Amino acid sequence: MHILISNSSKEPIYNQITEQIKGLVLSGELKAGDVLPSMRQLAKDLHISVITTKRAYEELEREGFIFSVVGKGSFVSEQNNEMILEQKRKAIEEQLLAAIQNSKEIGLELTELQELLTLLYKEDT
Amino acid sequence: MENVIELNNVTKSFKGFELKDLSISVKKGFVTGFIGGNGVGKSTTIKLIMNLLRPDSGEVSLFGMNYREHEKEIKQRIGFVFDNNILYENITLSEMKRIIKPAYKNWDDTIFQHYVNLFELPLKKQIKTFSKGMLMKASLTFALSHHAELIIMDEPTSGLDPIFRRELLDILHDIMQDGEKTIFFSTHITTDLDRIADYITFIHNGQHIFTKEHYKIEEDYAIVKGETNLLDRDTEREFIGIRRSNYGFEALTMNRQRTQNIFGNTVILEKPTLEDIMLYTKKGNDNYVESYS
Repeated sequence: MHILISNSSKEPIYNQITEQIKGLVLSGELKAGDVLPSMRQLAKDLHISVITTKRAYEELEREGFIFSVVGKGSFVSEQNNEMILEQKRKAIEEQLLAAIQNSKEIGLELTELQELLTLLYKEDT
Repeated sequence: MENVIELNNVTKSFKGFELKDLSISVKKGFVTGFIGGNGVGKSTTIKLIMNLLRPDSGEVSLFGMNYREHEKEIKQRIGFVFDNNILYENITLSEMKRIIKPAYKNWDDTIFQHYVNLFELPLKKQIKTFSKGMLMKASLTFALSHHAELIIMDEPTSGLDPIFRRELLDILHDIMQDGEKTIFFSTHITTDLDRIADYITFIHNGQHIFTKEHYKIEEDYAIVKGETNLLDRDTEREFIGIRRSNYGFEALTMNRQRTQNIFGNTVILEKPTLEDIMLYTKKGNDNYVESYS
């Protein structure tokens, strides 16, 4: 399990942790039933405070990505991947709609927008 | 959550200085960083917690007990690390151990030896030949060798090089693994707190300003930058302290959301460091004390 924390990022650290663990669950790297490091162990390994990892785990728990058993630790929950992917798809659609709106305002043609999208998509990898 | 240290309405005055109605609590299982400028009452507070000073009024309790009836019991459960050297200079570390060991019921030679090895401390050399870093390591070794539940440190990282400061933070993380121990330490090196502190307790001029979860600070506080013409008698009240220059102003707010609502996109909001908060609080206190509520 890899988690990278950026101290210069605007994102709060607990958020960086939750987003990365969600990513690991969605990509299948973390599977249902997998055990997560203890909050204290993770804090030590990442050189951050326990209360930060605690908050991250609490958020993950609230969103249903993990569950905790007292005295045993935290585990990855059974995921309803369809629903999560559907949510993502919806978010993408909305963002694309905004981009199309903006394009129309300045008269950007569909082909030009497609080119831009292709360019950006490739650049990001 | 259980409090290991509780100060309730503690007042202590000296000539020219006063701790005013100080109420602080330190939570079990977490690291609390204690910050504030020079001479604002940090060491006095630590001395009150250690029963080296007694409050003029108010209550100090540790593990839910008071010093009047339970001093011995409380002291057994605390490990104390001083910034300056309280170890006798003309004796060796193993002689020092012979003096300290009988004072503690739960003294553990295995742990003592573990840290002596880890820190590569010489047992047979006189303590006066120790460097500042070695003295700190020796002091920490004694504090950790009797299964203390509460570690109190006064400026443990001052005067130490960055490498040892990192090592120390790793050791503190190790101590915290079982969730049963509590650490309370004062420091000027606020970047160390980013790596370990769960709670920050901030005092200024003998008064408790806040105790907050570390991440909460950047949610509440923000550095605000904008054009000077945005400031007037009303908007200035939003800020704890303001710095003006020919190019604009920079200020600290303790209500990030409200400031955002008032100024919108006309200002830039940034994450404050603990140093920013200390600086602007001092500035603000010099100008208008009533801004705290």
